[in-house]
Amino acid sequence: MRKFRETIIEKTILLNGFACILFVVLIFVFLAKDGLALFKTFAIQDFLFGQMWSPLAEPPQFGILPLFLGSVIVTLGATVIAVPLGMACAIFIGEIAPRWMREILKAGVELLAAIPSIVIGFIGMTMLGPVVKQIFHLPTGLTALTGSIALAFMAVPTIVSIMEDAISSVPRIYKEGSLALGATHWQTIYRVIIPAASSGIVAAVMLGIGRVIGETMAVMMLTGNASVMPQTILAPVRTMTATIAAEMGETVRGSEHYFALFALGLVLFLITFLINLVADAALHRKRK
Amino acid sequence: MKIRAKPHFSVSTQTQQKIAFTLLGIASSLVVVPVIVIFAILIQKGWPAINWQFLTTMPRMGMRAGGIFPAIMGTLYLVGGTIVVALPLGVLAAIYLVEYARRNFLTRMIEVAIVNLAGVPSVVYGLFGMGLFVIYLKMGVSIVAGALTLAIMILPVIITSTKEALQSVPRSFREASLALGVSKWQTIRYVVLPNALPGILTGTILGISRAAGETAPILFTVAAFYLPRLPKSIFDQCMALPYHLYVLSTQVPNVKPALQYGTALVLVGMVFLLNLVAILVRSHIRSRKQW
Repeated sequence: MRKFRETIIEKTILLNGFACILFVVLIFVFLAKDGLALFKTFAIQDFLFGQMWSPLAEPPQFGILPLFLGSVIVTLGATVIAVPLGMACAIFIGEIAPRWMREILKAGVELLAAIPSIVIGFIGMTMLGPVVKQIFHLPTGLTALTGSIALAFMAVPTIVSIMEDAISSVPRIYKEGSLALGATHWQTIYRVIIPAASSGIVAAVMLGIGRVIGETMAVMMLTGNASVMPQTILAPVRTMTATIAAEMGETVRGSEHYFALFALGLVLFLITFLINLVADAALHRKRK
Repeated sequence: MKIRAKPHFSVSTQTQQKIAFTLLGIASSLVVVPVIVIFAILIQKGWPAINWQFLTTMPRMGMRAGGIFPAIMGTLYLVGGTIVVALPLGVLAAIYLVEYARRNFLTRMIEVAIVNLAGVPSVVYGLFGMGLFVIYLKMGVSIVAGALTLAIMILPVIITSTKEALQSVPRSFREASLALGVSKWQTIRYVVLPNALPGILTGTILGISRAAGETAPILFTVAAFYLPRLPKSIFDQCMALPYHLYVLSTQVPNVKPALQYGTALVLVGMVFLLNLVAILVRSHIRSRKQW
């Protein structure tokens, strides 16, 4: 009897473990089900390489290239800002800061991660936008750059926490060996510790990028929402995520536009899936 | 090994180190300062708007006046529903991975799945929730659909932190219990789980705070634009704080800034409070742990 109960419990727990796989599959299936329906009426190459996204035109155009490039430009901008900042912060927390400062910085980074993206978007709209507008003498402060800056701060916590893990898991003897040879602490950091932690650092950057590409609300509020081919980082752009969030509310269920938004979701899902696989592989290689 | 030519003016390695460390310190403060600035701005501009009436009355005049009571309650309902679903699911999945799973391909697949769930964009969760819960399972735009969507979204947070908590319970505890003839499940139930509880709690709180602040997943699954009453059942729509802030700041013209900042402050206050509790619980465990 007791054995029977154990088996039941064990099976239940097993099912819960598999639930995670089930959810990933379900997400894929439900995105693909409606997303692929678009290609019955709309050519897939026009979807992937079309340079115009205008669902209300006659006939409607669903070229995702401007949206994709919008996401790319915002993500690049955010990465350029977030990676050096996050790396510096991770090194400082992991190697240099005294204990009390480390605790404060860690708490600060965690609180930064906790700020909801809608609040970042709101503050960015009211505070950051006007500053960008003034500095660059632009007609509007809502540009790809504004989005990049805000997103950089949302990616930093991810980058810091994973990089710091990577740095602190470098074996002590590496560091001690280097210091014993007469290298300074700083030389040890950039000649020994950083190279030894490199796969973790790669994973941190990848996951940071994944976080930025998927970000929706802040980007929708800050990048100006112009679905045109982006020319410079100082012009309004529109990302894939923002397009879904902004347009889904106004479509008719089962229309071509509706399917196009699901197809866009599918593209996003595949991109982040790939990024996460690469990051996970990098983290795994480190452990071996 | 690369051989580098010595520069004509060589800065001593000690000075180099000082410069490097100073720069790193400045960069680190750049990360933390925005948190303080955002909080300061929100308090300065939002605090005047917050009073008992703001927190407990319905919005009026197309949300240009009145309170945010239904949005607060809506967020609480959603968070409650999310926890009811995500906590058991997440904790059991973590127990499977730590206590039962063998190192094989399937286990690896589960881990990859968790990593990917953590990386799925929030707006994609929104699409998925709409496709599966709202339309396919015919739940309609409702609190259940929203809570289920949010639950799947925070699952990785809960699983990861529960896993860590379980792993930090020493092996000897389990072995002692098993040696007494106690079954595996009873060992987990009465020895491992109680010791891992604070860690599980921390993860859960972090998950809740994430769920409370997210907007994109609830856009198409539950959020009501303007609904000046409380939801009647779990199959009803509701307002929610993050979506309300979005509406106030982009969709409704001529809203008093105080109202926007007040809403933002209430939302951030809720989320920060949850996070502070989580940070405190964790540092408490760290200081108490003796094994």
